[in-house]
Amino acid sequence: MLRINLFLLLVLVVCALLGVTAQHRARKLFQDLESEQERARQLDVEFGQLQLEMSTWATHPRVEQIAREKLRMRQPDAYGKAAEPAAPSRGRRG
Amino acid sequence: MVVRRRGHAAHRYAESPVLQLALQGWRSRLVGLTLMAAFGLLAGRSFYLQILDTDFLQGKGESRYRRDIEVSASRGKIVDRNGDLLAVSTPMKSIWAIPVDARQMGLEQRQKLAGLLEMPSRELDSRLAGDKGFTFLKRQVPPEVAERVDALKLPGVHQEKEYRRFYPSGDMTAHMVGFTGVDDKGLEGVELAFQRSLEGRPGSRSVIKDRRGRIVEDVGALKPPQDGRDVHLALDSKIQYLAYSHLKAAVIENNARAGGAIVLDARSGEVLALVNFPTYNPNNRERLSGAQLRNRAITDTFEPGSILKPFTAALALERGKVRFDTVIDCAPGRMTIGNATISDAHPHGALTVAQVIQKSSNVGTAKIAFHFAPREMWEMYDAVGFGQQPGLGFPGEVGGRLRPWKSWRPIEQATMSYGHGISVSLIQIARAYTVFARDGDLIPLSLVRLDEAPVKGAQVFSPETAREIRAMLEMAVQPEGTAPKARVAGYRVGGKTGTAYKLENGVYARKYVASFVGLAPLSDPRLVVAVMIDEPSGTAHYGGDVAGPAFSRIAAGALRTLGIKPDAPVQMAQGNVPAEKERL
Repeated sequence: MLRINLFLLLVLVVCALLGVTAQHRARKLFQDLESEQERARQLDVEFGQLQLEMSTWATHPRVEQIAREKLRMRQPDAYGKAAEPAAPSRGRRG
Repeated sequence: MVVRRRGHAAHRYAESPVLQLALQGWRSRLVGLTLMAAFGLLAGRSFYLQILDTDFLQGKGESRYRRDIEVSASRGKIVDRNGDLLAVSTPMKSIWAIPVDARQMGLEQRQKLAGLLEMPSRELDSRLAGDKGFTFLKRQVPPEVAERVDALKLPGVHQEKEYRRFYPSGDMTAHMVGFTGVDDKGLEGVELAFQRSLEGRPGSRSVIKDRRGRIVEDVGALKPPQDGRDVHLALDSKIQYLAYSHLKAAVIENNARAGGAIVLDARSGEVLALVNFPTYNPNNRERLSGAQLRNRAITDTFEPGSILKPFTAALALERGKVRFDTVIDCAPGRMTIGNATISDAHPHGALTVAQVIQKSSNVGTAKIAFHFAPREMWEMYDAVGFGQQPGLGFPGEVGGRLRPWKSWRPIEQATMSYGHGISVSLIQIARAYTVFARDGDLIPLSLVRLDEAPVKGAQVFSPETAREIRAMLEMAVQPEGTAPKARVAGYRVGGKTGTAYKLENGVYARKYVASFVGLAPLSDPRLVVAVMIDEPSGTAHYGGDVAGPAFSRIAAGALRTLGIKPDAPVQMAQGNVPAEKERL
């Protein structure tokens, strides 16, 4: 009788310790999950900021200014031909 | 322990007769009872704590490690039809302080904080001076700055997450998109009109935190946050830009007070561009004036003037009262009705109905209008949407003024036929012109991108009438018409000019509203472009000279942006049209 009791006690202690370890590991994993989710949120925010930055660089007035002044592009007429020969001209605007 | 005497086989020292005490029996019983009672008391107490008072204690305990956290949700984006950003929220920090705690900061710390927050240290001191329990030091601080403030580890200085709205396209789309307040709620424009779907709903979760403040477990119910839905506008930001820059140029060139322009897709009723000038930068709303904030194209009505003439002509054609080439005598350019006289800007002789529209004769239009009873005209104006709100769901929409037909006097019917005595907004007039661009039916307008164009609207005129009116509108942009400057190289376009006197305190002043509404390309109309310039005070004030060129440039750009093939014969485009020197 005593022996069985002692054995059961041992089993109980081992189970209890396993239970504690499992809980601990669950919490560790949960923390990892949590930090990954936080990272995902951070990346999302960063994505939004980059998108914003991109659209700020790509505003139409800026694109037009660069096309005209830096690349010296000119507008084609309705039939797809440049209206005048693209003579290099400095800082010329239409 | 109490030792009792007992008969026992073994002889122990405790039972030594010398040590034996002769105690009375009640004493040991008393001690025993007292102990029992104390034990009972403990049992009772634990029963009370464990069973009766358990909820309270459980709650107290949980409050030590369990936390309810709010999970923030972001406001939806506003994007144009091609997905270009028009408005987006990004997280910022607000820095706040508990003044009592924050006053413990040293001088050096204060200076550092003031430097980071870009405010004079005197202002910082005054914010911390009061005996309030809470004060905002600065709101909407960029996250990088907030991190550096955090690194200073200042006493009593805290941070909170909040969102800030950015408008990358700035003043170009300001009236259309609107803006939000500091609490991220829409105050104007689409931000207000679509507040419900844009708004995010924050969620909440309760968690267990450990000693170091890390979340270790989710407990209880989880309410996931709901981010606001994105709004896809019908707007094409490139056309919007073209419309904005050409309108701005036209307003400045003509030294005008203000202006508005609208581009509609006639097939679907989508609003491709809607601009007003003057405008404002929604990212920096300091020093805003009412004039800048006004969304004239939607909230302001004006007497449209001659741009209403095609409707009178269309009604006459529709009812078979006149034909395209019926001759109307407009000489001598004046006409007296009752005790009032109406006149033409330039006197004409006999004109056909088409020429009345081409040359914009008031007398001719009034004569056409007298074919109808007031009620017939009222019904037609009502059918094309005048006097009713356009139903875009936009804040501050107006319906204009269309008086009931019963009170019309003959002179009023005459002036109304050419657009005086009636008031409309620019969006109403643009929408009404879709009737001519389509086969005579009126479709609802849409601010948001549509997946499918509405098949058919309410029929106002027959397709035949719409086709004839289109021919008249094309005549108006020919050299003999009122708006040769509205032509677009390579495309067949048509439209109607308007030059209306402005009413000031019930009297017509020598101030004008110059306007032009046109269709392009005429072989298969796709766009309706309406331009309105308020009080041009340069050398020109006629609609054809002021609003016509702006129409031409906006339409040319929009047609190219949409990739619509030129439909004009080649020689005409290369001939007498002046070389286009316009912006992108």
